[in-house]
Amino acid sequence: MRVVVAEDNALLRDGMIRLLEAHDITVSTAVDNAVDLDHALRDTEADGAVLDVRMPPTHTDEGLRAALAVRSRRPGFPVLVLSQYVEQLYARELLASGEGAVGYLLKDRVANVGDFIDGVRRVVAGGTVIDPEVIAAIMSRRRQQPIDRLTPRERDVLGLMAEGRSNAAIAAQLHVTERAVTKHTNSIFTKLDLPVAADDNRRVLAVLAWLQVE
Amino acid sequence: MRSQLSPWRLTGYALLQILLLPLTLVFVVLSIVAGALAVITVGIPLLLVTLPVLRWSADLHRRMAAATLGHPVPEDRLPTAGLGAMARIRTWAMDPMTWREVAWALVGVPVGFVLSLLTLVLLVVVVTGALWWYGAPQIMGARAGLDRWFLCKGRTERLEERVEVLTESRAASVDHAAAELRRIERDLHDGAQARLVALGMTLGMAEQSASTDPEATTRLLAEARETTTAALGDIRFVLRGIHPPVLADRGLVGAVQALALDMALPVTVTSELRGRLTEPLESAVYFAVAECLANVGKHAVASEAWIGLDETDDLLRVVVGDDGRGGASAAAGSGLRGVARRLSAFDGTMRVSSPTGGPTLITMEVPCASS
Repeated sequence: MRVVVAEDNALLRDGMIRLLEAHDITVSTAVDNAVDLDHALRDTEADGAVLDVRMPPTHTDEGLRAALAVRSRRPGFPVLVLSQYVEQLYARELLASGEGAVGYLLKDRVANVGDFIDGVRRVVAGGTVIDPEVIAAIMSRRRQQPIDRLTPRERDVLGLMAEGRSNAAIAAQLHVTERAVTKHTNSIFTKLDLPVAADDNRRVLAVLAWLQVE
Repeated sequence: MRSQLSPWRLTGYALLQILLLPLTLVFVVLSIVAGALAVITVGIPLLLVTLPVLRWSADLHRRMAAATLGHPVPEDRLPTAGLGAMARIRTWAMDPMTWREVAWALVGVPVGFVLSLLTLVLLVVVVTGALWWYGAPQIMGARAGLDRWFLCKGRTERLEERVEVLTESRAASVDHAAAELRRIERDLHDGAQARLVALGMTLGMAEQSASTDPEATTRLLAEARETTTAALGDIRFVLRGIHPPVLADRGLVGAVQALALDMALPVTVTSELRGRLTEPLESAVYFAVAECLANVGKHAVASEAWIGLDETDDLLRVVVGDDGRGGASAAAGSGLRGVARRLSAFDGTMRVSSPTGGPTLITMEVPCASS
């Protein structure tokens, strides 16, 4: 697996490269600004990118813009965006840029190495990984249907699905059997009127419906 | 002060002014009597009728003076829109312009009457026609200058008022800045700093147990990692309070949209802003909107809210509305008072309309020039 890494802080960039390479993820290019990133993202060999939101030259949201740009050029190109802070607004923009293969996490999550590497792999495999803090913010919203049809337990399951977890991981987290989780996910798909399709795709659609990004 | 208007038009003004003299004099006397009687309440309804007539006459003279002189003669009255009868009378009494208008009616109008009459007489007594043709602009210019002197604040008075406003808003800004620094210091001290101390202790313990108890060491290291996450969370919280990153990234509209998304209820954002505003202004307006939304979340019991941003003639107008139970007031909620204080540093104003039962509308206006 080959990824592009963009991070302007040298300390963090080197740390991240070390971390990824230690887990058999090759860093094909590592850049520290938006201009070089644009070049790096034209590398057709790369399987995905891990990007910092804030980078030179303007130190605002060029990482995010680069992610959106590359995904409009190469639909479904896996991108994991890291940031010192998370905004629902940005999560929606990323999710709206195409189905799946997208991640949006607080930089702090890198400290939890196992989860972070897992997240990178899941995004490259086409999954959706959204930071728990964004999910908590969305959870607190009073919203109208069709999400209101879900039971609190189904909401928990959907929240964990949005974080990009597998049924087995969700079962472990909620201390229930994997069968029970499958039952919940099926019920969620039905309640959200999602068409019958491959399970992975439906999971992504469920998360999108939940974030109301259509 | 020679007027540029035609002698015919000026003589028309003179005629109108002559006709207005009796009315103005009658109503100023009535207003004075009513004002005196207001002490024993019977004068109040009378005053509510007589003073507006006096003001109407004054406004008419202001308009004529402005046209004659070729530059505006502003009224500069304290606003009374939406006030009850008693509050309106109290505002009138406190308004220096009311007393200026009374003095104008008693002194300015009779003196001016002589000038207006002179203009008319010069025309009527046909033989003085030439004198009228060349004299009217001079005489009526003098009349307009006299009216303006009474009905419009002088430069010194204006500057004095401005200094008063600036002194107040500067004091408020200084207080606000000091309070913010204290809050940031406290937040860092109680949050990130405390966590870093704890982190150091945990790592120290891990160091000691490293060779003897690997299991405990692993546990301590995991704990240390969690502490760094919590410390980062604290720092993020403090940074958001200083200058929200999304404001730097996306400007006011994007940041307000982000605020709206974080609310527990649906909030619609409409914006007609072009371009970015200056950074300090964006920041002030952002925090003002954030405070208004926080109030909606805490007190309004609303099912929806909306935010409108638009800009006309270098005046930024922001309206935050909700369909909640109403009853919000800048006096009661220190939050809204804080908003008004923040905006005052930019010569901005805030109006709250929140009848019991709702809806609540908070209108903020700030002079701006898009950069």
